[in-house]
Amino acid sequence: MRRLTWFNATSLSLGFAFLYLPMLILIVYSFNESKLVTVWAGFSTKWYGTLIQNQAFLDAALVTLKVAVASSTIATVLGTMAALVLVRVGRFPGRTLFSGMIYAPLVMPEVITGLSLLLLFIGIGLDRGILTIILAHTTFSMAFVAVVVSSRLVTFDRSLEEAALDLGCSAFDAFRLVTLPIIAPAVISGWLLAFTLSLDDLVIASFTAGPSATTLPIKIWSSIRLGVSPEINALSTIMIGIVAAGVITASLITKRASLRQQADERAAAQQR
Amino acid sequence: MGQTVFEPWNDPEAKPLIQFKGVTKRFGDFTAIDNLTFDIYEREFFALLGPSGCGKTTMMRMLAGFEKPTEGKILLGGQDIAPIPPNKRAVNMMFQSYALFPHLSVWDNIAFGLRRDRMSKDAIAARVEEMLKLTRLTQFARRKPHQISGGQRQRVALARSLAKAPKLLLLDEPMGALDAKLRTATQFELMDIQEKTGTTFVIVTHDQEEAMTVASRVAVMDNGRIIQADTPARIYESPNSVYVADFIGEVTIISGTARRSGAGYEIAYAEGVPPLHAESETHFDTGEPCHLALRPEKVAISAEKPSERRNTVKGRIIDIAYLGNLSTYHVEIEGGRMVKAQTANTRRLSRRDFTWEDTVWLSWSDTAAVMLKD
Repeated sequence: MRRLTWFNATSLSLGFAFLYLPMLILIVYSFNESKLVTVWAGFSTKWYGTLIQNQAFLDAALVTLKVAVASSTIATVLGTMAALVLVRVGRFPGRTLFSGMIYAPLVMPEVITGLSLLLLFIGIGLDRGILTIILAHTTFSMAFVAVVVSSRLVTFDRSLEEAALDLGCSAFDAFRLVTLPIIAPAVISGWLLAFTLSLDDLVIASFTAGPSATTLPIKIWSSIRLGVSPEINALSTIMIGIVAAGVITASLITKRASLRQQADERAAAQQR
Repeated sequence: MGQTVFEPWNDPEAKPLIQFKGVTKRFGDFTAIDNLTFDIYEREFFALLGPSGCGKTTMMRMLAGFEKPTEGKILLGGQDIAPIPPNKRAVNMMFQSYALFPHLSVWDNIAFGLRRDRMSKDAIAARVEEMLKLTRLTQFARRKPHQISGGQRQRVALARSLAKAPKLLLLDEPMGALDAKLRTATQFELMDIQEKTGTTFVIVTHDQEEAMTVASRVAVMDNGRIIQADTPARIYESPNSVYVADFIGEVTIISGTARRSGAGYEIAYAEGVPPLHAESETHFDTGEPCHLALRPEKVAISAEKPSERRNTVKGRIIDIAYLGNLSTYHVEIEGGRMVKAQTANTRRLSRRDFTWEDTVWLSWSDTAAVMLKD
């Protein structure tokens, strides 16, 4: 192990400060007694209490959750299918075009995506509401799922599927019984990615949301314009907590599984 | 005891299990298999041997159903298998990477194919136990593939592919991932299992020793063609071409022109030296170019000129390869050609008879070398 030098320690702490100082300030001020955001007046959890009674925030949170679950699930199905076609079906006319178009939403400015979706929904006469947000979020997050899943599929040993076929599986059974269980971690992390993307999206949601449905980010944004309130800080802290817990759990599970596998393989190699 | 020799390929009455009829396979411009016609019989252990890219894996994949012939037909038990998808064929394959399902236990891996057949639970359990016993894996049944060693994984792959009692088992480089010691043991195990189950095995390998050990017949392939398909002994002792002679084992090829003389032929191979003598069943015209294939172990090496043999040449030792059980001498004979001679080291503490730069005599009998056409 190399020692942590003075230079490395400094750059590490500067880097972390850059990343996490804003969030830290937000968390600290969410426990502020004072109504004024910039003045510290002692520790209190009262803003968390008022938050629970704020029906508008709770409604928005529910809408956000519904949108995130629905859109990330649809995006995972579509994105996985797209990834399978991209990786598996060798060359077909228009393959380059297809793969380019799958990845385009990754680099497309969100404003453009949001605007074009808005025009589409107006064009086909779809009333804006929870359904349009779900559709819009599915559109851009399936590209992310496709990227995650196809990078796993590239290293997937094709002969596993052939073995399944050889042992009597239909193509669909081979996918269901062999491919899907093996690529499941990638599919799940694709789902999680889509879920978080949907959870914090503001731009596309504000184009496609209607008066009947408002998501949490929109709600936060619009109340900020009336002035920052400690309530918003509390809400954001809860969201940070949820996201952090999810990420930490996921990484712990993966880490433990890989450690266990390594230990098993060592044991297997020794006992021959 | 009237024990009959297992040689169905010499029996005109025998019905082949697999028939390739003018099979060609092209990938774009590349011809992987070139107009192939040959038969494989029931209970055979048939080896496809050749360098990488010779088409042996393509042949196997056509049998398994992962590739379709571009032209020609493949018959299994008299039935054209082209329209039958891989999951409906009575053919199973053991993959080079073993392709064990990592999320299933050894037991479930073996049961996988049986479950697809909608067999009863008891029948599946009985069959899996039988396979575990056959491959000596009973104690590992509950383990996952990554919890067992490479050799055990190989046996799981074998058990899984044998579980459905296929008419034909395909083995793609089955020992590729094993170390040398384990490989030899596994080869004998494989022959034993093949004999016990009576299944027809087709094995693909680039390891000639492996092919010679396990197979009843070996097909030597090159560029999508079978150059020679015969028993290991005939492949080694009576190769039909320079390619086969050179591919299997060590050999010295001496090229010259043939001339009929008595019962055999004289082969002139260099200016100013007496011709070599050889016998051949194939006919050579006088003046026809020919190649003598000479195995090193059939060449005797001595300090004095031997009188009892007609094929004697004088040479100088350039290199000695000591292999423990054998020593191979690389001798430069008059005319500048290299000839390999091999002696068995039957005594442990003997002084080496010859050393570098020694002048020696090489000799071999008239029947030792094989005459091959261009």
